[in-house]
Amino acid sequence: MQRRRLLSGAALAFAVLAALSAAQSQAQDKPIRIGLVTFLSGPASGPFGVPAKVAAEAIVESLNAGRAPAPYNSKGFAGTPLEMVIIDEAGGATKQVAEYRNLVQRQEVDFVIGYISSGDCLAIAPVAEELKKLTVLFDCGTPRIFEEGAYRYVFRTRAHATMDAVGGALYLLEQMPALKTYAGINQNYAWGQDSWNDWTAVLSVLRPEARALTSQMPKFGAGQYGAEISALSQSGAEVIHSSLWGGDLEAFMLQAVPRQLFKNKRLVLIAGEPNLHRLVGNIPDGTIVGARGPHGVFAPETPLNAWLREIYKAATGLDPNYPAYSVAQAFLGLKAAYEKARLDKIRNAIPMGAAKGVKEEMEKAYAAPAAEEVAAALEGLTFEGPSGKVMMRLGKGHQAVQGTAYGTTRTVGGQVLVENVRHYPVERVQPPEGVTSVDWIKGGMKPGKW
Amino acid sequence: MSRDRSAGILTAAFVALLVGGAFLPRWAMFLIDISLCYGIVVLGMMLLMRTGLVSFGHGLYYCLGAYAAGTLEPFFGVADVGLMVLSAVAVTAAASALLALLLRKYRDIFFAMLSLALSMILYGLLVKTSALGSSDGFNVSVRTLFGFVIGGTDYERRAIFATTVVVAWICAMLMHRYLQSQRGRLAGAIRDNELRVEYMGASVANTIHVNYVISAVLAGVGGALAAASVGHIDPEMAYWTTSGEFVFVGILSGTGSVAAPFLGAAIFETIRSTAYEYSPNTWQMTLGITMLVVIMFLPGGLWSLFTRWRKAA
Amino acid sequence: MGQLLAVAIDGLNYASWLFIIAVGLTLIYGVMKILNIAHGSLYALGAYAAASLAGYWLNTGRAPMGSYGMLLLAAVLVGLIAGPVIERGLLRFMYGKEEIVLVLVTYAVFLILEDFIKLAWGVDPLFIAQPYGLLGSFSIAGLTYPVYNLVLMAVAIVIGCLLAWVMARTRRGKMLIAVIHDREMAAASGINVALVYFLTFTVGAMLGAMGGALTAPMISMQPGIGAETIVLAFAVVVIGGLGSLPGAALAAVLVGLVRSAAVHYRPELDLFSIYLVMAIVLIARPKGLFTTQEARKI
Repeated sequence: MQRRRLLSGAALAFAVLAALSAAQSQAQDKPIRIGLVTFLSGPASGPFGVPAKVAAEAIVESLNAGRAPAPYNSKGFAGTPLEMVIIDEAGGATKQVAEYRNLVQRQEVDFVIGYISSGDCLAIAPVAEELKKLTVLFDCGTPRIFEEGAYRYVFRTRAHATMDAVGGALYLLEQMPALKTYAGINQNYAWGQDSWNDWTAVLSVLRPEARALTSQMPKFGAGQYGAEISALSQSGAEVIHSSLWGGDLEAFMLQAVPRQLFKNKRLVLIAGEPNLHRLVGNIPDGTIVGARGPHGVFAPETPLNAWLREIYKAATGLDPNYPAYSVAQAFLGLKAAYEKARLDKIRNAIPMGAAKGVKEEMEKAYAAPAAEEVAAALEGLTFEGPSGKVMMRLGKGHQAVQGTAYGTTRTVGGQVLVENVRHYPVERVQPPEGVTSVDWIKGGMKPGKW
Repeated sequence: MSRDRSAGILTAAFVALLVGGAFLPRWAMFLIDISLCYGIVVLGMMLLMRTGLVSFGHGLYYCLGAYAAGTLEPFFGVADVGLMVLSAVAVTAAASALLALLLRKYRDIFFAMLSLALSMILYGLLVKTSALGSSDGFNVSVRTLFGFVIGGTDYERRAIFATTVVVAWICAMLMHRYLQSQRGRLAGAIRDNELRVEYMGASVANTIHVNYVISAVLAGVGGALAAASVGHIDPEMAYWTTSGEFVFVGILSGTGSVAAPFLGAAIFETIRSTAYEYSPNTWQMTLGITMLVVIMFLPGGLWSLFTRWRKAA
Repeated sequence: MGQLLAVAIDGLNYASWLFIIAVGLTLIYGVMKILNIAHGSLYALGAYAAASLAGYWLNTGRAPMGSYGMLLLAAVLVGLIAGPVIERGLLRFMYGKEEIVLVLVTYAVFLILEDFIKLAWGVDPLFIAQPYGLLGSFSIAGLTYPVYNLVLMAVAIVIGCLLAWVMARTRRGKMLIAVIHDREMAAASGINVALVYFLTFTVGAMLGAMGGALTAPMISMQPGIGAETIVLAFAVVVIGGLGSLPGAALAAVLVGLVRSAAVHYRPELDLFSIYLVMAIVLIARPKGLFTTQEARKI
């Protein structure tokens, strides 16, 4: 027994070495093409799309140079360099489906990383399945994708949006256990509506005594919030919940702060993190903010986080915001899966000594892993991201889970600091496999087994 | 003589598509598929334009048709392409027959703007309906084609493509016949002078009503086929920019022939897709410049190139 | 009572903003019969230019009050550059085409300017907040409002009255009315129609840019603000009756109050309140609230 294990261990070590050297020699062959789809125009481009694109470019450059920290320090993916094809996500689902087909079949990309809008994610998933192209959704939030469908080639490496409401409500109730009234202002489209519905559902379970006084639903891009601010102000609610983001969030804050809306109201910004550095002087102290995961200011001090901050800062002069973390998770998750698939192939190759077809078998083993093999490796994978451990545990191993974090703002010397940070582990903010988010919230948010 | 040739050319082109479709790469097939769906919608727009009416709200029927097709599966368990198209026809015909009672009194910019308002109301209603996925919409899956199972097979896309080609051909042929009919010819007369048409004893209101319903049904058919081809529908289909694109393609095509909308749509999709690929930051600018060039130098639309060339020859 | 008062104040605030963004549109339509979609881009250009100029002014440590001057300067500059460029460079070749084709021409200009703005200012949201709060605030019905809101209202009233006065009392205005009523007759009686068109479009463009410049301190400029705004401005102009100045004013007030009431009492209706008003008004009065009689041509 001992001897056999030793032998297979040696064989494995040899195989790994061989793989690495083969990878090195192969390195300059044909790069792996990754299609990146992100907003380059439209309102979502400034806060989300372009930061993600800039981060992706910096990540690819750093990975190709082999400068990322372990375990991501091999060049590119297993020695093969990466190149990107970048596509604008604007234009709606029909155009995105057309562009996705172009990306896969005309541009012949090997993998697709993309999509910020939930509508686009929903539309792309079946097409990815049809074209058998491994596709990593990096930033959309709706739980519907893997709760309504099951996919083989589609993955999402960020946790879905349920935890935003649950984490925010947990944090709020720790700060204000006697909460009696709250109100909301959210954009009138799927994201805003879901955000508010989740929020009221969570609070009605965690604190049934609290009442929602008014729910303002300005349309996306409304710009003018005068009447909404008056209505919120007159509602007398103690807390205002908002999932506004980007320019809409800024416009709301610019109009609400001079009108003293927050004089005796606590503000909860579910997705406020990307705007914090821009809102200096226009955000009240004590605002509760989240980053839709433990990203940005909430991320732990790890070499991986330091790496992302460094390369992003070098490119933009700013700290990375949560979409930058999302896209980093997609690249690192894919890299981890790709390299695992490669090792698995070599490991499973016919052991040396089999007389017939050694050469062919070895060549097959050292060939680049196919989409199916990478998909199999990514399924259920746990990998390290810049914001900590990411586990592909929902949607039959295709949907990532992560804990989340919230904190409170305080402006000091021209900088918005986030204090009183609280982290919430996965089991408190995410439903376990097999339970939909809605049912889990209604059922009292019982922690599942992880 | 030329009218027979127009029908013949169109039939030949569609047979070629039907046969050639088997050899096309899928991305090209999808582009043509979507162009045909657009073409069907613009075919209806063309009829309205011939009548002197431009709707800035045809997204209303495009979207309504798509939702009439897409909701069959979640609500009635029906996922047959044929039934989806029929459902779109029924719903858009009923809705447009009602709305035409109102809209037929309007002309020019008022017609355009009231159409726009109506389509934006549908957009608002759909965005408020979370059961239908709000602004995210929902995915539409196809299982059968007139009873034959195609869902999940290798030829699913090709079968849907073939259906689109055949339906587009039927629509174009019917429109061709209609335009040659007495009522069809009234369209141009109404555009030129309504009072004269009334003095001749024809009913302007009835003709506009019928033409409006026809164009709405075509938009619905286009929407249903687009839903099947894209596999996803959302309220964006009723947003005014979608309607604006239809008008754009309509002007690009010109009203010269029933083949023009399909040609215009194909060229539009090609320009858009190329612009997306080669200048992702300035694709809107590319579209804008194209539009200006067409309006400046081809006031009769692309189709006028053909007629000009024919005249010269 | 407090709520009713708030509905009225918020409604009038919104109405004054709507009027400022719509007045240039209705002026251009009234004179030139062009429904100018590019008005939305002029609004956006005005807003971006105002933010840049005022931002520059404030960052160089000058007197904050001067930033208001910068807002106006931005509006004037955008109007004086973009107006003539669009009118002389493009539109004058298009006169005589159908109204709907002209709509598409301006739609093309809109698309081009959208990308131009993106190339010039990038996609990051941009804002300058100081001018909004600089004038202090006042309280009414338990609510705080910045004085800037009053300024907007005053500007709306001044622009409306000024235009009405020019039209009714000055020689130029009377020429304008002649052109509105019958372009060919006006030309025949010696009015330089080309010049009238040029001036009208430039002033209209300036008003569009002014709408953007005055809004700049309250919002965060992001790609797509032009598209959002133009649909609102359209609705106001169509409700009021295309080309009618008092119509636009009344429509702005109507839409402003309806929207404000919706927000206060039935927030879920806010999304389509304006389109409902538009549909109802058009059903009741097919050509909007204020219309001019048209001769029937046989």
